[in-house]
Amino acid sequence: MNAVPLSIPLAQGMLLAGVLFAFGLIGLLVRRNLIFMLMSVEIMLNAAGLAFIVAGAQWEQADGQIMFLFILTLAAAEVSVGLALVLQLYRHFQTLDADAMSRLWG
Amino acid sequence: MPTRCPVCGAEMVDLLWLVPALSLLGFLTLAMAGGWFSRKTIALIGVGSVGLSMVVAGLVGFAFIGSSDSPGQPHDQILWTWLQISGFGPTIGFYLDPLSLVMMLVITLVGFLIHLYSAEFMIDDEGYRRFFAYMNLFVVAMLTLVLGDNLLLLYLGWEGVGLCSYLLIGFWYRDPANGAAAQKAFIVTRLGDVALAIGLFLLFTHLGTFNIQDLMARAAEQWPVGSSLATIAAFLLLGGAVGKSAQLPLQTWLPDAMAGPTPVSALIHAATMVTAGMYLIARTHVLYSLAPTAQTAVAVIGAVTLLLAACSALVQRDIKRVLAYSTISQIGYMFLALGVGAWAAALFHFTTHAFFKALLFLAAGAVIQSLHEEHDIYRMGGLRRALPVTFWTFLIGAASLAGFPLVTAGFYSKDWILWEAWASPLGSPWLWGAGVTGAFLTALYSFRLVFNVFFGEAKTEVGSRPGLMMEGPLIVLAAGSLVVGFLEVPRALGDVSLFSEFVRSVLPSFETTASITTELALQIATMLAALLGIAAAYILFLRRPGLVTAVTGTVWGSALSRFWIEGWGLDRLYDTWFVRPFLWVAQTNKDDLIDRVYTGLAWLIRQFFAALHRTQTGQVRWYAAVLAAGSVVIVALVVLS
Repeated sequence: MNAVPLSIPLAQGMLLAGVLFAFGLIGLLVRRNLIFMLMSVEIMLNAAGLAFIVAGAQWEQADGQIMFLFILTLAAAEVSVGLALVLQLYRHFQTLDADAMSRLWG
Repeated sequence: MPTRCPVCGAEMVDLLWLVPALSLLGFLTLAMAGGWFSRKTIALIGVGSVGLSMVVAGLVGFAFIGSSDSPGQPHDQILWTWLQISGFGPTIGFYLDPLSLVMMLVITLVGFLIHLYSAEFMIDDEGYRRFFAYMNLFVVAMLTLVLGDNLLLLYLGWEGVGLCSYLLIGFWYRDPANGAAAQKAFIVTRLGDVALAIGLFLLFTHLGTFNIQDLMARAAEQWPVGSSLATIAAFLLLGGAVGKSAQLPLQTWLPDAMAGPTPVSALIHAATMVTAGMYLIARTHVLYSLAPTAQTAVAVIGAVTLLLAACSALVQRDIKRVLAYSTISQIGYMFLALGVGAWAAALFHFTTHAFFKALLFLAAGAVIQSLHEEHDIYRMGGLRRALPVTFWTFLIGAASLAGFPLVTAGFYSKDWILWEAWASPLGSPWLWGAGVTGAFLTALYSFRLVFNVFFGEAKTEVGSRPGLMMEGPLIVLAAGSLVVGFLEVPRALGDVSLFSEFVRSVLPSFETTASITTELALQIATMLAALLGIAAAYILFLRRPGLVTAVTGTVWGSALSRFWIEGWGLDRLYDTWFVRPFLWVAQTNKDDLIDRVYTGLAWLIRQFFAALHRTQTGQVRWYAAVLAAGSVVIVALVVLS
C-alpha cells in the first residue's frame, strides 16, 4: 500500500478533534446559559466532523467528507429546533438559565 | 314426501339451525351496532329476532310432526365438527326429537311473548339495548342447551344461560344489592355445575363419547342396573340439575334472583332456564333407570323441595318472592315426576308451568309498574277494577298454578304427576301425600296473592296502566294456561293422550296396574286439595284476616313465620357454615408463601425505584455529564477488554 504522505499527520488531527470535543463538553457542563450550551454542542459536532475529515484524508476515502456533510445538515436542523425551543423557554421563564428549568424531576 | 321450505327449497326440518341462529343474529346486531339505533329499532330487532326464531321453530315443528313417511323420527343435524383431537370429536349438531321439540317450541313462544312485553315494560330504561342484547343471547344459549346433540354442546348452553342469568339479575348494577344477588346466583349454581362437569368427564372416560344418544345406548349396554358407576354419574348430573333448577339444597339463589327486571324473572327464573335441570334428567333418563338410588333421590328432593318452598311462599310479602318460591315448588313437582319415572308428566308440567308462571310474573310486573315499583302485597289491594285485564289474566294464572279443577292446564299436569307418584312402580303413597299437601299449599298461597292484590280496599294509587304490548302477551299466555292442559286428559275425565303419545318414542311410560276407580278417587282428592286451598285462602285472607294476625301474633306463630320468610333459615346456615369460614380462610391465608414472593418482588422494585429516582434531577447539565461519563465507561470497556 503506497499511501500519499499527509501534510497533517493523523494523530495531530485526531488530537485537535479530541481537544475541540473536550472544550465543547466542558462548555456544555459548566455553562448555564442555554445559548452557550447550544454553541458548545455545535463545537462538539464540529469536532466529530473534523475527526471524520482527518480519517477520510488519511485513507483517501470520500466517506469522511460525506459524513461531514451529514453532520452539517444535522447541526443545522438541531440548531433551528434548539433555537426555537430556547425562544419559547425564554418567553416562559424570562431567563436563559438551564438550572432554573428543572421542574421535570422525579 | 318431506315438507320443503317455500323460500329456499331445503327440507323444512333442515332449517333447525336457523332457530338459534336468528336469535344469535339479533344479539350480534344489538351488541355491535345497537348504539346507532333508536329505541324503536332496538325493540324491532330484539323482539323480531326471537319472533322469527319462533316462526321457524313452528314450521320445523309442523314439518317434524307432519312428515308422512317418518312421523316423529329423530333428526340429527350436524353442522360442523367442533374440535378434533384424536378420537375426541364433539360436533356442533342439533338433535330434534319430541322432547327437544317441545322444549324449543315453549322457549321460543314464551320467549317471544316476554320479549314483546319487555319492549313496553323496559321502554324508559337507559339500558334498553343492553337488555335486549342479553335477552337474545339467553334465548340462543337456552336453545343450544335443549337442541345440542352432545353433552358438551349442552354444557356450553348450560353455562351460557348461567352467564345471561348473572348479567340480567345484576342488570341494574348501580345498586350493590343487585350485584350481590347476581353473584350469589352465579356462585351457587356453579357449585352444581362443577358436579355436572365431573359427571360429563366420568361419562366420557367410561363410555368414550359425548353424543347423548350413543352415550345412553352404551350405558344401557355396559352398565347393569344399580351399578356404582351409573349411580355416581347419575348423582353428579343430579348435582348440576339441582343447582340450575333451584332444588334443595341449592335453592337459595332463586328468591334473591328476583332483583332483576320482572321479564327476566318470567323468562329465565320461571319459564325456561330453571327447568334446564328437569330437561337434563329427562334427556338422560336411561342413566337414571340404571341407577334406582339416584332416581329415588330425585323424587325425594322434589317432594321435600316442593313442600318447603310452598311453606315459604305462604308467608312472603314481596309479590315476586312469592312467585319465586312458587317456582321452586313447582319445579319440585317436576323432579318428583322424574323421580317416579313419569318423564312425560314432568315435561308436560314444564310446558303448562312455562305458560302460567310466565303469565303470573308478567302480570305481577304490570301491577308493580302501575303502583310505582311497589312490591309489598300488603300495600296493594282493590286492583280488580283499576287493572281489569291484569286482574283476569292473573286470576287465570293463579287458578292454573293452584290446579283449579277441570278448566286449567295446571290441574291436568299436576294431576298427572300426582297420579304417577301413586301408581308408578317407583311411586309411593308418601310421595303422593307430599304432592297433595303441596297442592293444597299452592292453592292457598296463590289465592293469598289474588285476594291481597286485587280484592279488598285500594291502598296505593294506580299510576300508569299497562299498554297493548303488555296486555297482549298476558292474554295469549292466559289462553295457553287454560288450553294447553287439554292435550293430556286422564282416563276418567275424557282420556286424551296426545301429549304422552307424542313423546312416547323418547320418554317411555310404564304400564299401570291400578284401576280406573283408584285413579278417579285420587283425582277427586287432588281437586279437593285445590278447592280447599282456595276456600281457605278466601276465609283467611279476605273474610277473616284477623285469624292470620292472631296466629302470627303468638310467639310460636311469629317465630315460624319468620323462619319461613327466611327460607327455612338455610341462608343463615350456609352463611355460618360455608361462606364465613371460607372468607375467614381466605382472609387468613392472604399472606401465604406464594403471595410473599410477589409482595417481595414488589418491595424490591420499590427499592430500585427509590434509589434510581434521585438521578432524575431535572437538570439538563447533570444529564449531559452522566451521558458523557457513561460513554467514557462504555468506550473504556470496549477498548480495554
